[in-house]
Amino acid sequence: MANREDIKFLSNPKIGSKRSKYCRFKKYGIKHIDYKDPDFLIQFVNEQGKILPRRITGNSLKYQKKMATAIKRARHLAILPYVTDLLK
Amino acid sequence: MRQFELTFIVDPVLSGDEINATAQTYVDLHKKEGAEIVHVAEMGLRQLAYPINNRTTGIYYCIEYAVPSGEINAKIELALRRDERIMRFLAIKLDKYGIKYNDDKRNGKIGTRKRKETKKDDRKDDRGRSRSGAKVTPKPKPAPKPAAKPAPVAVAPAAVAEEEE
Repeated sequence: MANREDIKFLSNPKIGSKRSKYCRFKKYGIKHIDYKDPDFLIQFVNEQGKILPRRITGNSLKYQKKMATAIKRARHLAILPYVTDLLK
Repeated sequence: MRQFELTFIVDPVLSGDEINATAQTYVDLHKKEGAEIVHVAEMGLRQLAYPINNRTTGIYYCIEYAVPSGEINAKIELALRRDERIMRFLAIKLDKYGIKYNDDKRNGKIGTRKRKETKKDDRKDDRGRSRSGAKVTPKPKPAPKPAAKPAPVAVAPAAVAEEEE
């Protein structure tokens, strides 16, 4: 009755598929990450102020490293917190 | 020539004149050591993300300078460490992209506001597309359902759930 192809056709093909990740630095041509800009860096940090992993941000390795350094510099200068709650 | 960027936080308890004098001493020190001052930015009084020396605010200064060699940095670092008026400092070497970024920022080509807007718009666009895409796809779906026998429709959700697991 219901063979596998029928089921595939009836189920929404978009359910399981994830939105493809991309490196926004490469996409928008951002070459330098400023450590003095907390509003930008906050996008790569979770609510506790932890740096988000690459599998979530989708950044390329090169820019993930640069971004991590920028966040660490911002933390040293008290622009971003080391530990916190409800950052966002 | 190498270009560096020095950011430091001045104690906000000092009077306005003293704060300006503190920043000026470091500009003078740089000049005395043979550095070429590219730009001095006063970022003003800011809320600190965590208290430093029991202070919750600080006055940020940013000096950009170019020197033939990096030997000057050790002297400046020593002076900054000895200075009680300085709460924190950070000196970094700028690469070619950093120099370009700072130039653009000074000329008003890079605005934090503008950047935020573009980012948010892009996200909305992507979400909008995915939503509209999701809306469009179900519409042709109901058409085959009546054509197929009722039994497969009942089976389908369970099978899908299994697949997802």
